Amino acid sequence: MEVLNEIKFTMPSLSVNEATARAVVSSFLIQADPTVEELSDIRTAVSEAVTNAVVHGYRNSKGSVELTVKLLKDREIYIRIKDKGCGISDIKQAMEPLFTTAPEEERSGLGFSVMESFMDKLKVKSAVGKGTTVVMRKRLSLHEN
Amino acid sequence: MKMEIKTGSGGATALLSGEIDHHNAKELRSQLDKFIISVQPALLVMDFKNITFMDSSGIGLIMGRSKLIRECGGCLEVRNTQPYIRRVLRLSGIERIVKIT
Repeated sequence: MEVLNEIKFTMPSLSVNEATARAVVSSFLIQADPTVEELSDIRTAVSEAVTNAVVHGYRNSKGSVELTVKLLKDREIYIRIKDKGCGISDIKQAMEPLFTTAPEEERSGLGFSVMESFMDKLKVKSAVGKGTTVVMRKRLSLHEN
Repeated sequence: MKMEIKTGSGGATALLSGEIDHHNAKELRSQLDKFIISVQPALLVMDFKNITFMDSSGIGLIMGRSKLIRECGGCLEVRNTQPYIRRVLRLSGIERIVKIT
């Protein structure tokens, strides 16, 4: 993995930081000149992953959420969102469309579906009591300015 | 995030502005529910003309309001959604329940 540039950003698990995470990613990606649609896709996927950390990872507690964004060679974007929250006991079930453990908050259970649809690759690692790490990748198109 | 609700003879329109995410959805949900319960409009239009971002939190927001307004005898429509927002909505199949344009 040849890294051309990267940032690491840590924030408390406050819901207001869902927007902060989107803003950080957008600012960093300006250098790669993504299309409007590509940037929307990435912002949406990041928002879903950070929301999962806030709502599910730290449901009854507060902690930190770490966001890493890397610009790789051949216009590939690598994004990692990591929390040290409660973890996921059954990742396969959690990734099923419409599955949610927070229906009272009107969570639609589509967070992972959005990440899968809007990014090229999605990997989820989790351990109960230790936390969850989501890694997503997307290759940006080559386009004329 | 801002919301302005206008009522007329044919129903009510809630003009939403800004970004819909989990953080903002809570306040919108509360304001819309108060309005639906107190006014019970025959039609409520959620106008997305000025929405600049929406993640799957918007799906829960729309589905919840659709359910509540139907219980009150009315119906919900979502208008002026940008193509990118429709892609998010399409994943949920919500277009089979709520009229979205």
